[in-house]
Amino acid sequence: MARLVGGVGCSHVPAVGVAIDKGTTGDPYWAPYFTKVVPAREWMAEVDPDVCIVVYNDHASAFGLDVIPTFALGLADAFPPADEGYGPRPVPPVLGHPELAWHLAESLILDEFDLTLVNEMPVDHGLTVPLSVMFGQPEAWPCRVVPLLVNVVQYPPPTGHRCYRLGQAIARAVAAFEGDEKVVVFGTGGMSHQLQGQRAGLVNVEFDTAFLDGLVADPEAVARIPHVEYLREAGSEGIELVMWLVMRGALPTAVREVHRATHVPTSNTHNGLLVLEPR
Amino acid sequence: MPGRRDYDDIPGTYVFDGRRSRRGYPLNTFLMTLNDAGNREAFRADEQAYLDRFPLDAEQREAVVERDWLRMLEVGGNVYYTYKLAACDGMTFQDLAGQQTGMAREAFAQMMLDGGRPIEGNRTTGPETG
Repeated sequence: MARLVGGVGCSHVPAVGVAIDKGTTGDPYWAPYFTKVVPAREWMAEVDPDVCIVVYNDHASAFGLDVIPTFALGLADAFPPADEGYGPRPVPPVLGHPELAWHLAESLILDEFDLTLVNEMPVDHGLTVPLSVMFGQPEAWPCRVVPLLVNVVQYPPPTGHRCYRLGQAIARAVAAFEGDEKVVVFGTGGMSHQLQGQRAGLVNVEFDTAFLDGLVADPEAVARIPHVEYLREAGSEGIELVMWLVMRGALPTAVREVHRATHVPTSNTHNGLLVLEPR
Repeated sequence: MPGRRDYDDIPGTYVFDGRRSRRGYPLNTFLMTLNDAGNREAFRADEQAYLDRFPLDAEQREAVVERDWLRMLEVGGNVYYTYKLAACDGMTFQDLAGQQTGMAREAFAQMMLDGGRPIEGNRTTGPETG
């Protein structure tokens, strides 16, 4: 059976992708952040997963406001990088894992998570930036990817609790998959940031630190954080952190914190990177 | 839809809920078309003609033409959608974020380098309890 070998929490800041694509990661602005990424990349290279389930949100790339799925799963053989308004990122196409994706679809829907199923879509920075953070600039991504989209643009996103339960259902589904794949789950987005309104630029290191501590040690409690607390404390876009709870739910209660890195600023964001292993 | 929300007291924040999404649907629909390079070219070539294709109301249209980024939020725009117009104009996301605050570009960038906008004093328009 397939094995869940780790979880990654990773912000998906577009400017991080731009820095990688343009080769400016060594600049004074970026070097401190990218130095902190190195141990996570080393872990990933050692774990060498066959598949990553990447939990992320689309930013008006594949989905507009005409149809807004709360949870959606990508089933395709491949997902091209999206043009988000400034040309697609120069990254390889993301190759899917249709067998695992369809297994997840069947398993999760029968487990009462009513996913939207997607056979064709481009993937935006929400998915490709975390891949770049963890894998750098390979000619082809070194693993297959199953995209799992969560709506966090149109309020309300699903609750943190619902996301956590979805992660638990993913763990059950992966354990029941007839294959020997090693699987890593990504939760992406966050941490505190606000891109809109007069309060843009908000950063709340105290909230983020408590979130990370709780995510590791007491995820059930973190799963009960209400939306208004994310909005108020972590900023209107900080509510993306609910997606990290999907990743955490997929891991057992006891985890080992392999790596944690945080950095202010990456563009407008308190950047977070967290690597967890089942204990 | 119910009136008052538990997040309405958060200052300078336009939570993209159903109230805003409903108002902003034509505006955001227009903005999303800028994902296409051909559309960006057509928009740049003749903004007015391009905008005629979409049922924007007068306030939305004015906000777009004047690049009034904060006003776009007030009339139903979502920041991920308005960013497509900003990118079309060659702006970064930090440029867009900064312009909504009324701060100068350098001042906003420096605020972020200094650790961002602090949460203290920015939780609520009412008395702070957090």
